[in-house]
Amino acid sequence: MSLTIFSFIFAMWILIIIGGGLMVLFIGPLTFSGEGDLNPIINSGVKVLIAMILIFIWVFSLLKIKNWIFRKIANS
Amino acid sequence: MEELIIPAIIAIAIAFFSVYGLTPIIIRVLEKRNITVIDVNKKEKTMVARPGGLSIIVGIESSLIIIYIFYPMSEILAVILTTFFAFLVGIIDDKKTMGGWFKPLALAFCAAPILLLGAYDSNLDFPLFGSVKIPLLYMALVVFMIPIMGNTINSIDVLNGVASGFVTIASFALSICLFILQNYEVGIACLCLAFTSLAFYKYHKFPSKVFPGDSGAITFGATYGGIAIIGGVEVIAAIAILPAIINSFLFLSSVKKIVEHREIKNPVTHTDDWKLKSTNEIRAPITLVRLLIAKKPLSEKQIGTEIFKLAIFSGILAIITAFMMGVSL
Repeated sequence: MSLTIFSFIFAMWILIIIGGGLMVLFIGPLTFSGEGDLNPIINSGVKVLIAMILIFIWVFSLLKIKNWIFRKIANS
Repeated sequence: MEELIIPAIIAIAIAFFSVYGLTPIIIRVLEKRNITVIDVNKKEKTMVARPGGLSIIVGIESSLIIIYIFYPMSEILAVILTTFFAFLVGIIDDKKTMGGWFKPLALAFCAAPILLLGAYDSNLDFPLFGSVKIPLLYMALVVFMIPIMGNTINSIDVLNGVASGFVTIASFALSICLFILQNYEVGIACLCLAFTSLAFYKYHKFPSKVFPGDSGAITFGATYGGIAIIGGVEVIAAIAILPAIINSFLFLSSVKKIVEHREIKNPVTHTDDWKLKSTNEIRAPITLVRLLIAKKPLSEKQIGTEIFKLAIFSGILAIITAFMMGVSL
């Protein structure tokens, strides 16, 4: 059982590193033009939105891994 | 670096020996006043003193104040204040069980000193890829970090010695990471947390003489979260406590709402020889402990050892991540 949880932790670690890479490579450099002082707010707002989508994908992936683990336990 | 050695030794000694000396006194006072709870995982009816958070806050605050006297950095002051406010939230929750939303909301306000003192860097560092500047998102992260860490550590405080042992392992790992990243002052602050939890573990380990309660567990989590923010090691700190995050994740994904853990069905029952086994109750949440005993029942001590093995594994991953911070693809 522990081995499965070790694998789950390792999978989470890989997902964190990949998610971080996506943040740095794609979200960080994004800029959106806006009116004067609004520019930084628009930039941050869009980045927040994309980050939330990434978190959603991350959680969804973890749920899939978790369900796979439970199926494996149920079948054994 | 050399000039940090004496303040570090003083602060660490105060962190360890204040908790080591104060906890037995607190246990006696709590037992005398009948402020105890039943240890549900013991065959014989055993009453255990609760909460022991007072000795934890004394250990953390006194050692951090020593560091602040030697190095008056706003970052250390921010952690001192945040930890103290989090302890107050925990004490309120110990005295009167509040609703599921009370702790997250109240703990979000505890992050105010970090924001007001500007004790953070809005760059979020990731291994291999560098950092990303996210000023607005980072402020939200600061506000969320303290409640998440506080509740994550609190949710793993289910068996004798697990919360304090887990925090000891995670904070030692985080200290090593901070030293690798040459963030020495914050690394020493993290060592103070590690030695505080180590001293408390002496009384909290199986069979427990004291439980930390919400005040102790939340104080551990808030200090850990605060150190992660001021040290700029948020991602590494999260990796070091992945087993506890998994526990919260499993719990939330099965319960599907934020709820006080005392309000839910117990996910474990006992065998005749008083080992813990997974319950057949459908509505009971899935937790890390339930996952560990899914295949076969284990004793409380065996489960604690399994959780510590997972914590050591996560700690090693956190240290590898700290080394990866210096590498750029």
